[in-house]
This record gives sequence, C-alpha cells and structure tokens, in this order.
Amino acid sequence: MDSKDQEKDSLYLKLIPYFEKYGILLLLVIMIVVMHFLQPDVFLSWRNVTNVFKQISWQSMLALGVFMVIVTAGIDLSVGSIMMLSLMILAIVAKAGAPWYIVVITPLIAGFLCGLFNGLGITLLRMPHPFIMTLGTLYIFRGTGNLISGGTPISGFTDEVRYLGHGRIDLTWLGLEKSQYLPVSLVLIAIVYIIFWIFMNKTRTGKWIYAIGGNPNAARASGINVNKILVIVYSLCGFLSGIGALILAGRTDSGYPNAGLQSELDAIAACIIGGASFFGGRGTVLGVFAGVMIMGILRNGLNLMDVSSFWQQVLIGSIIVLAVYVDVLRRDFGTRK
Amino acid sequence: MSSTNQLLLEAKNVTKYFGTITALENVNLKIHAGECLGVVGDNGAGKTTLMKVLSGLYKPSAGSLHFEGKEKVLESPRDSQNLGLEMVYQDLALAGNLPIGENIFLGREPTTNLGLLKFLDYKKIKELTEAHLGKLKINVKSADQKVEELSGGQRQAVAIARSTAFNAKVVIMDEPTAALAIKEVGKVLDLINSLKKTGVGVIVISHRMDDIFAVCDRVMALFQGTNFAESELSNTSRDEVIGWIMGKK
Repeated sequence: MDSKDQEKDSLYLKLIPYFEKYGILLLLVIMIVVMHFLQPDVFLSWRNVTNVFKQISWQSMLALGVFMVIVTAGIDLSVGSIMMLSLMILAIVAKAGAPWYIVVITPLIAGFLCGLFNGLGITLLRMPHPFIMTLGTLYIFRGTGNLISGGTPISGFTDEVRYLGHGRIDLTWLGLEKSQYLPVSLVLIAIVYIIFWIFMNKTRTGKWIYAIGGNPNAARASGINVNKILVIVYSLCGFLSGIGALILAGRTDSGYPNAGLQSELDAIAACIIGGASFFGGRGTVLGVFAGVMIMGILRNGLNLMDVSSFWQQVLIGSIIVLAVYVDVLRRDFGTRK
Repeated sequence: MSSTNQLLLEAKNVTKYFGTITALENVNLKIHAGECLGVVGDNGAGKTTLMKVLSGLYKPSAGSLHFEGKEKVLESPRDSQNLGLEMVYQDLALAGNLPIGENIFLGREPTTNLGLLKFLDYKKIKELTEAHLGKLKINVKSADQKVEELSGGQRQAVAIARSTAFNAKVVIMDEPTAALAIKEVGKVLDLINSLKKTGVGVIVISHRMDDIFAVCDRVMALFQGTNFAESELSNTSRDEVIGWIMGKK
C-alpha cells in the first residue's frame, strides 16, 4: 500500500465515527430535499410540517421507550397495548368526572405500572427472553383495556386534558399569522427527547443501560444490578407509552379499542431505521428521532402524492431492510475482526 | 517469599455443590502480598468454580473465606471488590460497545450528583484512565477508543487495568493468555510481574506451563474438585505439574 492510499484510508477511517453518528440525519435531510422537490408548494409549508409533527407525536414516545429496551438487547412488544390500556383508563377516569389534573396523571401512572409489570415479569419469572413476556402482555393489556371499557369508544375530554395532544402555541406575537402556530405536542417531543438524551448519555444509569446491552456478563461482574436496571428501563418504556396515550387522547378526543394497534412494530421499525442494534448496546436518541421522522415524512410525502397506503407499507419495509444492510456494511469497515 | 509477606486471602475447606454435582470439596487456598499463585487442573477440575466463589459470584455450600485474617461472607462481586479482590474473567467481561475508560470504571464511575440523578464525570474518567494506563505502561491510541476496536492483547491489558484501578490487593486471572497471539502473551506476563512488584497478590489460572513458570512463585493443582498437590515453583518441574493435572503424583 503506498502512502497516498494510506492517507485515503485513514481519512476514510476518520470519517466512519461521524458517519456512524450522523449518517441517519443525512438520510433524513436527503428525504426532506427530495420531498421538497416533488411537492414544492406543500411539503415544507407551515401547515404540513406541523402536521407531520402532530402525526408522529405519540409514535415518537413509543419509539423512544422501545429504543431504551432495544439498547439492553431486549424488546417490548406491548407498548401499543400499554398505550391503549392507559388511554382507556384515562377515558374512564375522565368520564367519571375527575378533575383534569387527576385525569392527565392517570395514563402516566398506568403506563408506568404496566412497564413495571413487564420488567418484574422478565426478571422475577426469569423469562428466557423479553419477547415472550411482552408478547403475553400485548394481549393481556389490550384485553384488560377492552374489559374495563366494554370494548366501545369513550369520547369527549376537556380542553386541559387535550392540551398536550391538541394544544396550540400562538406565535402571532412574533408577527406570524394565526395559522402559523406551534403544536404543543412538538414542544413536548423536543422536551422529552432532550431529557432522555441527557439520561442516556450523561447519567450513570444511562451508561449502565448501554453496558448491559454491550455485555450483560460484564455489567454483572462489575457489580451492576442488571435486573434492577432492566426493571427501570421497562418501567420508563411503559411511562413513555403513557405519555403517548395522553397525546393520543388529545389528538382524537376519544379512547377507542383499536388505539395503537400494531404501533409496537412501527416503534421497533423507527429504532432499527435509526441505527439501534437488535443485539443491544448500540443506537442513539438522535437516531431514534431521525427514524421516527423518516417514517413520518415517508407516510406524509406519499400521502401528499396520493400514493396508496399499500405502497407505503412496501416502502417502509424496504427501508428497514436497507437501513440494516447499510449498518451491516458499516460494521464490516468499522470494527476489528 | 510467601512465609514473610502478609497473608491476604485464605479459603478454608470450601465446598460447592450444584444440585447433585460436587464441583469443589474441602478446597484450601492461600495468597500472600506480592506473590503469584498458579492454579492448574484439567477441564472440570473446579478451577473456575473456585475463582467464582472467591469473587463472590457463587456462594460456597460449605467452608469459609478469610480476608486479611477476618472471615468474610461475600454476597456479590461488589462485596469482594470492596475488599480489594478483583477478577479478570476468561471472557474478559468488557463491554465492547463502550470506550476503554468507561470499561475500566464500569460500575464504579466517578459522578457528580444532582438529587437522585448521578451524572458521569467524563473528564475525570478520562484523566484517571490515562494516568492508570500510563502507570501500567499500557499503550493504546486513546482512552476513548472502543474496546471492540482493540486487539486481544490490548483487551486483556484493559481487563487487567480495570481490575487494578481501585487499589486491588488480590487479582484473580482466569486463563489470562488463552485468547492471545504469541507476541502479546509476553506483554501480559510482564504486566503480571509488575503487579507483583506493587505488592498485589496475583492468582493465575492457566493451562499453559510457560505462563505458570514465567510468573508464579507457587503452584497448586486441583483434581476432581479437591486439592491434589501444591509446591513452591522452585521445588517442582514442568513434568511434575503436568502429571498433577492428569491426577498422577
């Protein structure tokens, strides 16, 4: 190898970490540019952009929860059902006439408890894989949600309850028009993602979550209480699903039996597209956000272009496979064998 | 040497059952400061089980552990670490997805506390890591390098660095050279010798006679879960030790 080749090689190697960190954002930007050229009048309009954020609002919560679970090399299939059960409990409590500040807290507590149930089941019952426990609770939670609500929708919440999912932040004081408002759910996404970015990257518990995914035996040998961390992770995942329920309550003004059906798969897809590894220990909060955005923009863009939802399914599926293949290639270059 | 230096760790009549299987029966072991003890034995002789008992990963079914003369009951690896007893596992027990520094301090990270939340002190981790690697003369490109990017020998060095980062008194190494290329074995053995000089008691489990005879002061053989033979290294030979492994005296 002559020196020129080596230089090229080392430059390439230097770029890998950046590509690893920000490659997914690059894909997101490319998608936005392409969509903009395909739909120049509509796609980047205020109305459409806020629309995308409103559409991804509750999914982004589920994806963030599932992401933490995937980092531990686990999986949570029950997030959609946790969200539905939390939503139904919210609807029942709201219909019973509880004050709004009680109503908004119930789905968060319900979601947290569902997640705790998952976490304790996985660790105390020593399930061979979280897949099994959360597959079970996928049915249990949705069934419970239908049992307590009679399987019928419960509609009509107060404005306070709907605020997070439906509220608008007026920007006329900035000289913008009345229609150019900021959805509260967008601000909520930003706040929650920043909090969890700090949690995963700056705190000791966050580091341990990555360590457990990287090598659970190493974590255990280091004196880390692996089971305790897993229970925390699944509880937080449930809690985020509860936030998702609160947002969805605001958006739809209704608790309904099909809420969040199959959304656990969307959440997993967003994590995978965002670069989280199924083997654990790998992935970033920023990546999950990009994954959620990519799926949201793809759906939105294809809707704008009147492409059938069947094609959307085919495309999202293809992107999952492609994203993971790029990841495989990247790892071939990146790690020592 | 062993008679003059302080006795650090003693296992008395340690017995361990797994269901109906007897993995260890009345095993005794002693390690002194600055001494290296080689533990040999065939597969299934109970070497790894003994080490896991010493590190607190398994609780002995019978028998006791004494640390600096006092009897101690180890409930978890954390307990043994607090006593200054560290283990370097055969599978290295490193998280490949984390950088060197974070592996060395895994589970014992320096933090700044804000209420319930403990924020990692990345700057301190890096400083301490560089100082510690420098002290052990371990060369890596950067403390921020991920462990999965390192060679086998470098990983073993990181694992040993990890075990000694908190003033370890006894370091137990399970097959420290088994996964290494030949040219890297020497570096790890040098590392063991420099640990001994700092007064650390080192227990090396190994199949490789070359390793045992390069670093150990004393060697003991386990056979079918029992103490089979023990000798100062100067009073024995490779052939004799190999015989012990096979159960011949």
